[in-house]
Amino acid sequence: MASYLAQQTINALQLGSIYALIALGYSMVYGVLVMINFAHGDLFMLGAFACLLLATLLPVHLPLVVILLVVMIVIGAVGALIERIAYRPLRNAPRVSAIITALGCGLVIENTTLSISPYPHFMPELFHSTTIAWAGLTITTLQILIIGVSLALMIGLDLLVTRTPFGMAMRAISFDSRTVPLMGIPVNTLISRTFFLGAGLGGAAGVLYSLAYPQVSAGMGVLIGWKAFIAAVIGGIGSIRGAVLGGFILGAVEVMAVAFLPSTYRDLISYSLLLVILIFKPYGLLGQPPNQKV
Amino acid sequence: MNALEIDALTVSYGDIRAVKGISFDVRDGEIFTLIGANGAGKSSTLRAISQLLRHGGGVRFRGRELRGLAPEKVVALGLAHVPEGRGIFGNLTVMENLRLGAWIRTDPVGVADDFEKVFVIFPRLRERRDQAAGTLSGGEQQMLALGRALMSRASLLLLDEPSMGLAPKLVGEIYDVLRKINESGVTILLVEQNANIALRLAHRAAVLETGSITLAGNSADVLANPRVREAYLGA
Ligand SMILES: Nc1ncnc2c1ncn2[C@@H]1O[C@H](COP(=O)(O)OP(=O)(O)O)[C@@H](O)[C@H]1O
Ligand SMILES: [Mg+2]
Repeated sequence: MASYLAQQTINALQLGSIYALIALGYSMVYGVLVMINFAHGDLFMLGAFACLLLATLLPVHLPLVVILLVVMIVIGAVGALIERIAYRPLRNAPRVSAIITALGCGLVIENTTLSISPYPHFMPELFHSTTIAWAGLTITTLQILIIGVSLALMIGLDLLVTRTPFGMAMRAISFDSRTVPLMGIPVNTLISRTFFLGAGLGGAAGVLYSLAYPQVSAGMGVLIGWKAFIAAVIGGIGSIRGAVLGGFILGAVEVMAVAFLPSTYRDLISYSLLLVILIFKPYGLLGQPPNQKV
Repeated sequence: MNALEIDALTVSYGDIRAVKGISFDVRDGEIFTLIGANGAGKSSTLRAISQLLRHGGGVRFRGRELRGLAPEKVVALGLAHVPEGRGIFGNLTVMENLRLGAWIRTDPVGVADDFEKVFVIFPRLRERRDQAAGTLSGGEQQMLALGRALMSRASLLLLDEPSMGLAPKLVGEIYDVLRKINESGVTILLVEQNANIALRLAHRAAVLETGSITLAGNSADVLANPRVREAYLGA
C-alpha cells in the first residue's frame, strides 16, 4: 500500500508538473493584463504539434533539447504575436470583447489545426525511456526527465520574476500599470515578453506531455487547458508560485482520484475541488486581492 | 536658461477642458511651484508634461519638444515625475522600488552609489529596505517615491503634492529634503494645494485656477498678494 502510494506520487508529480507549466502562462498574463488568455491551452497543443513536425519532417535527427528550445521560442513568438495583433487593440475595450477575442483566438487556432490535421498523430519515441527500480518503486527515466525539465523551467522563471529588473517590472505592472511608464519602463514591450515567456512554457508543456502521452491532436489543448486554468485559479491567479502549487495539487488530486476511485470520478473531483477552495479562499491559495487603487 | 518651457498647454477630458492654454517657464536650477485648489488642473498639467496625457500646445524640455513622445522615453531625457498619491509599487520591496527607478540607467556602479545616496538622505528607507513598500507609512512612502525618482538621476523633478496626507512635522522633513535636492542641482516643478509651505520653499510661483494661470511671479510676491492670502492662506 505504501509503495502503491509512493508510485502514485511519482505519477502525480509528472502530471502536476505539466499542469503547473501551463498554469504559469495563465497566471503571468493575468498578472500583467488582468485578462484570461483563453487561447493558452491551444498554444500548448501547438507546442505538441511543433514538436511532432520537428521530429518527423526534418531530414536530420534533432536532439530533444534542441526540439524543446525551438518549440519554446516558436510558441513563445506565436503567443507574443497573438497579444500584439488580437489583444492589444482591445486593451481599453469592454471586458467582454477581450474575453470573446481570446476565446475566438483559441477556436481559430484549434480549428485551423483541425482542418489541416483532422486525425490524431502518434508521436515517435524521442527519448528512449528505461525503468529504474528502487526500494520497491519503479520510476522511468522519462518521468525523471519530465519532472526535472519542468522544475528547472519553474525555478528559472521564479528567479527571473523575483530577482531581475524584468521580473520586478512585471510585478510592478500587475500592481499599478499606469505608474510603470514613469520609471522609463516600456509597458508594451514587457507585456509582449510576458506573453512570450508564458506561451513558451506552454509550448514546453506540449512537448513534455506528448512524450508522456504520445498522441497529438487538435483538440488536446481544450481539456488540458481548462484544467491548467483551474490549477492557476486554485493557486491564486496572478501568482507565479500559486500556479505551480495549483498545478501540483490538481495533478495529485487527479492521480489519487483515479488510483482509489472509479476513473469517471476524476473530473468531478477536480472541478469540485476548485469550487470548495474558492469558497474558502476566493483569491486562491496564494492569490492577493486586487490592488485597491483609487 | 530654461529647463522647461510650457507654451499654451491644453488638456481635455472629453468635452471638459481641464487646462486652458497655460504658459510658464521653469528655469534651470530653480524650484517653481504651481499652486491651486483641488480640481484646478495641477495634476493634469504634470501628466501632460510627462506625456501620460495627450495635450495641446508645447512642452519643451531643455530645448526639445516632448509632445507626442511615449512617457517612458521622457524619463530617459532626465525628467522624473512623482505622481499624486506617490505611485509606489506596494507589492515590491523598498529596494525593488528603488531599483525600478534606476531602470534607464546603464551604469551599475553609479546605481550602487545612488542607492547609498538615497539611504543617506532617507535613513528610514535603509532600515526598511527589504520590507514590502505597501507596509510603509504615508511619509515613508513619499520618501520612497522621491528616492525612486532620484535613482533615475533626473535633472528635473515633477512633484505632485508631496505634502498630501502627511502630518505637519513630516511635511517639514520632506520639504527640507526637497531644498537639499534642489541645492544639489536638481530643478523642481512642484505642484501643491498647500500654498503656504510651497511658496516658502519655491523661488517662483504661478497660481492655477480652473485651468488658467491667474497670477505668476516671485514666490515672495505671490505670497504677499492679498488675493492669494485670502484664497489660499486663509488670512
Ligand atoms: N480622468 C479624468 N477624467 C475626467 N475628468 C478628469 C479626469 N482627471 C481629472 N479630471 C478633471 O479635470 C479637472 C482638473 O483635475 P486635476 O488635474 O486632477 O486637478 P488638481 O490636480 O489640480 O486637483 C477636474 O475638474 C477634474 O475633475
Ligand atoms: Mg491633483
